[in-house]
Amino acid sequence: MSPMARTAPVPAATDPAIIRNFCIIAHIDHGKSTLADRMLQYTGVVQSRDMKAQYLDRMDIERERGITIKSQAVRMPWEVDGTSYALNMIDTPGHVDFTYEVSRSLAACEGAVLLVDAAQGIEAQTLANLYLAMENNLTIIPVLNKIDLPAAQPEKYAEELANLIGGDPDEVLRVSGKTGMGVEVLLDKIVRDLPAPVGDPDAPARAMIFDSVYDTYRGVVTYVRVVDGMLHPRERIQMMSTRATHELLEIGVSSPEPTPSKGLGVGEVGYLITGVKDVRLSKVGDTVTNLAKPASESLPGYADAKPMVFSGLYPLDGTDYPVLRDALEKLMLNDAALVYQPETSAALGFGFRVGFLGLLHLEITRERLEREYKLDLISTAPNVEYEVTLEDKRVVHVTNPSEYPTGKIAEVREPMVSATILAPNEFVGAIMELCQSRRGVMGGMDYLSEDRVEIRYRLPLAEIVFDFFDILKSKTRGYGSLDWKADGDQVADLVKVDIMLQGEQVDAFSAITHRDKAYAYGVMMTGKLRELIPRQQFEVPIQAAIGSRIIARESIRAIRKDVLAKCYGGDITRKRKLLEKQKEGKKRMKMVGRVEVPQEAFIAALTTDESKDKAKK
Amino acid sequence: MPSVLPLGDPAPSDGLLPAQAADGAAQRGFGLYVHIPFCAVRCGYCDFNTYTATELGGGASQDAYASTAIAEVEFAARVLKGSGLPPRRLGTVFFGGGTPTLLPAEDLARILAAAVAEWGLEPGAEVTTEANPDSVTPESLQLLADAGFTRVSFGMQSAVPHVLKVLDRTHTPSRVPQVVQWARDAGLAVSLDLIYGTPGESLADWRYSLETALSYGPDHISAYALIVEDGTKLAAQIRRGEVPGIDDDDHAAKYELADELITAAGLGWYEVSNWSRTPQQACRHNLAYWRGDDWWGIGPGAHSHVGGVRWWNVKHPTAYAGRLAGGASPAAGRETLDAETRNVERVMLEARLSSGLGVSGLGESGRHAVAGLIADGLVDPALAFKGRLVLTLKGRLLADAVVRRILHD
Repeated sequence: MSPMARTAPVPAATDPAIIRNFCIIAHIDHGKSTLADRMLQYTGVVQSRDMKAQYLDRMDIERERGITIKSQAVRMPWEVDGTSYALNMIDTPGHVDFTYEVSRSLAACEGAVLLVDAAQGIEAQTLANLYLAMENNLTIIPVLNKIDLPAAQPEKYAEELANLIGGDPDEVLRVSGKTGMGVEVLLDKIVRDLPAPVGDPDAPARAMIFDSVYDTYRGVVTYVRVVDGMLHPRERIQMMSTRATHELLEIGVSSPEPTPSKGLGVGEVGYLITGVKDVRLSKVGDTVTNLAKPASESLPGYADAKPMVFSGLYPLDGTDYPVLRDALEKLMLNDAALVYQPETSAALGFGFRVGFLGLLHLEITRERLEREYKLDLISTAPNVEYEVTLEDKRVVHVTNPSEYPTGKIAEVREPMVSATILAPNEFVGAIMELCQSRRGVMGGMDYLSEDRVEIRYRLPLAEIVFDFFDILKSKTRGYGSLDWKADGDQVADLVKVDIMLQGEQVDAFSAITHRDKAYAYGVMMTGKLRELIPRQQFEVPIQAAIGSRIIARESIRAIRKDVLAKCYGGDITRKRKLLEKQKEGKKRMKMVGRVEVPQEAFIAALTTDESKDKAKK
Repeated sequence: MPSVLPLGDPAPSDGLLPAQAADGAAQRGFGLYVHIPFCAVRCGYCDFNTYTATELGGGASQDAYASTAIAEVEFAARVLKGSGLPPRRLGTVFFGGGTPTLLPAEDLARILAAAVAEWGLEPGAEVTTEANPDSVTPESLQLLADAGFTRVSFGMQSAVPHVLKVLDRTHTPSRVPQVVQWARDAGLAVSLDLIYGTPGESLADWRYSLETALSYGPDHISAYALIVEDGTKLAAQIRRGEVPGIDDDDHAAKYELADELITAAGLGWYEVSNWSRTPQQACRHNLAYWRGDDWWGIGPGAHSHVGGVRWWNVKHPTAYAGRLAGGASPAAGRETLDAETRNVERVMLEARLSSGLGVSGLGESGRHAVAGLIADGLVDPALAFKGRLVLTLKGRLLADAVVRRILHD
């Protein structure tokens, strides 16, 4: 067993041969944070006696300091056979929508710890990230976590991991982040098995940005992995994709507190501060070089973040519009993938059309807006971006059904994804049924172990953004997991379905669907609205239409009675108070023509409850 | 009177009213309401503040009740005088319940006499009591007439036995024509109360009840849609699915039938739920509520209104009797209305009347709403052009929505 390192290698003067760069690939609740905390503790980066307090205080510290203590990259010393090594643990974003960011984090490493819960086995996103790591030629160290749990099945899942990456099940490490068991062995193995970084110390500096975070006090903190050459404080640097130049105000390593250094050399991982205020000026995947002695070629793999899913965000209370605008501006500083533009809806008022990497990104953003900025929001049904070619060859990109062209359409293309689903084999039939109902084409199926399968489908993105994952979960009793990545586009027979109340089109309810599903959407939405919209003083027809052709209709009968039969001396105060309450209630009504539609009806109509309904059946 | 009291300001124990109560009092009518909180049986739909005979004791018992009520009459006279209100005679007196006629007629006469001793009656004053067909005799009705009562309102509710059963009403339908005749013989004007929309009541049942009631030639009819109040036995039965729920469309159809048949029989509507043979036979006491006159409500849970001050008594008869025995005001809470609130109440109440609501008194947005109301057929156009907002039949069924449009649009 290795002791804690007596001396730590000094940044900017560390031989690449004693550097080990790694990340931990794990599913969200498979214990990555606990294991990482244990590593911080065992390497002496965080004192044992501080450990618990630090862990608990994490959120407050984050808020106070802006930079997370669970840092994007932590440098830890670890001694093996008398040599002190510098271990850089690089964090990877935890969810499906950030595949690109994950790929950049992986590109900053030579190896990855594949961490899997010994009671649950590998999940689809972890598998996808594992494949990504293997494509990047990373050395994989398979580890089963939580082996102290009574439900752990280490033999079964060790076999599964060995099958996936090749090798012997006995080589799969077994640890418990909770008790610390096996963690020191893992640290030794990282030193012994992972290759040291290789680079040219004399070449012009090249460092890859793998994360970039906005801090209230310091501006953007950029995390880099140096590939060639060296970066020093006070020198001018250049971002190779944008040609923007900045002065390097501070350079250093997190250990885990940000610690300024005299520079960063080949293979080292650390942070840069230039005083810029917008993460867009420090893009993930970009290459940083020295302005005085610039590199001629940037590092491979840079791509712009591309929003895949679009939704209208509207404040419930129209007077909150400026609050929403300011909040989006602030979020954007820290989220390079977020794009938005103002949008007006006849039904919902002023709001924004916001582009996201995926549905989860949408949900996280919406939740942050609601929680951190105390906003009540309506989000319209998520849309993908369609490419519509008109007969006059004009091409329109549509991210909002209300922008769908009314002229003659030659062709509509929709974005496609390749999806990977992992589940116990008993659910294969249900999953195939689901994917086929979503216009999916099967790509293949493999057994991961005796009873677990990997199913691959190519699906239209539009078919998975709304409720696909919820339904997958319910059809697989929670065992199914999903990962997807963009996979080109296809021509499809798509139409726009409009919903009209009393002849007035309600833009918030319009949808672009496959022609075969237009009728079902029309029937579903008109039926839903009939239930949700209270009866008015007049009859309200609800229609679904493709162009001028009505495909479904419902009707809300006029209310015939709205009067309190008895209103005598003792009823007056109560009746008046009810009237005052109703006046407050009216503020939560949106007017569509003359029809009063409660906010709740909008929210309920736009909420995915299909999955719940199906779960009941 | 619903049993749940509103939340208001605390009421002072001396009962004295703020100065605004006396403003313009000489121009306002003054009436007295007397609540009799007893019933022989608690009806399944009723959430009124009422108790069966065996439930109460002390000054709240049936035997002692008249004396307790008289104590509040005397208290009321002192408070009004002490608050600077001018002496006014009573234009109307109304005994409601509960079942006032569960008390011996002598007790009702005694309470009335005490009120008359304090304030006097205007010439031609209207003095009404509600009555259950089960609890009157020719003798008791005669005694009431002799004591000064002019009018009796019978809780007939329905002529159909299975409907009466759901309502827990104990009288046999055949008793109604008999008691109507007795009241007539005693020289009392007669009103019949009907309830429609009871679970299980068909449209034909309702037509039969209306025709039966009209065949007795009443001077006045009140017809109320059944309201299922929270906490009643009927609400629980509906919740458990033992009886069908309430359907507003059924109520609307029955209201239209009621208006059609009652009008055809020669009575005219003067308030959403009330019709009278002549305008003079409208219930003037109830009109006073809708027109913002002053009245004092005697009895537990009773509400009062004097010059924009509303208050309500403690609900339980025992607590009520205790307050009065200690010389304190029985009020549980009160509210003093500002000009805007009084205007809201005026719109809310006057819109229910056939005399209508003065259009000129509405704010600009309210006047603006009138055009829409005419267009939707809710308001009589000819009368609106003459400056009165009077509801059409369709408008009466949507009276609350009309009020909201006037006040909120």
